[in-house]
Amino acid sequence: MADQAQFQSLAMEYMDGLYTAARRMTRNQADAEDLVQETYLKAYRAFGSFEEGTNLRAWLYRILTNTYINTYRARQRRPIETDVEDIEDLYLYHRLADDTGTMSRSAEDEALSRITDVDLKEALESLPDVFRIAVLLADVEGFSYAEIAEITEVPKGTVMSRIHRGRKALEKALLPYARQRGLTEVSS
Amino acid sequence: MSASDVTPPWGDARPPSMACDEAVHQLYDFLDGELTEDRRVKIAEHLDQCAPCGSAAHFEAELRHVIADRCRDRVPDSLIARVAAALDKEQVR
Repeated sequence: MADQAQFQSLAMEYMDGLYTAARRMTRNQADAEDLVQETYLKAYRAFGSFEEGTNLRAWLYRILTNTYINTYRARQRRPIETDVEDIEDLYLYHRLADDTGTMSRSAEDEALSRITDVDLKEALESLPDVFRIAVLLADVEGFSYAEIAEITEVPKGTVMSRIHRGRKALEKALLPYARQRGLTEVSS
Repeated sequence: MSASDVTPPWGDARPPSMACDEAVHQLYDFLDGELTEDRRVKIAEHLDQCAPCGSAAHFEAELRHVIADRCRDRVPDSLIARVAAALDKEQVR
């Protein structure tokens, strides 16, 4: 059993990541701040039931995710969401590749360098909830499939399917940003 | 989705092979380090030998770095203080 007095020294270091996740989930700063605070309070109160030596970071993300889904999701303004159905593998790669179907490293670097922080956040935030959360936990927070299954309380197979579909949808949402300026550039 | 639905990295310009289909289809699991060692070695060998698949895999890996790096926010100092104060208040209850 974990000691509540230790909570702050153990849990505070994860706040940057939790805040990033909360921003992408709620899509706004005020809700994200409230969500993070509520997560820490809930975690503190429940810390007695946290099994010491297990994954504290994943446990905090689980509380954050549950709190978002149960309290914040319902009152979200929904932006126009990216469609996640039937998007082919390597969607972005194919669209950016030249007529030979391949992409040089320099063309690749150029396309990826066009995508700014703002673009990426906007694209990620355009994904529907379950896909946004799966991609966020996998690609931004670096959790394994098994950890994400635990955090989101769904089977690992479902997690994999959400990550795969979510990533393809993110690639689709990123295409206009990766192409920006490129369309008007004159090749030299 | 069946393996035959997978478009190879070079579009329709060359006939797709089973190995390419497999590599493309398992690329995410490969990059995530979620394949068994047997599968991982098999896909890695294919990506080394097949330039179009290798190039596509490189792009997906780079994109993953971009997503990891450009999606972060720094928690505001005011929120750190607010949470610490809320926890202190909770402790004296």
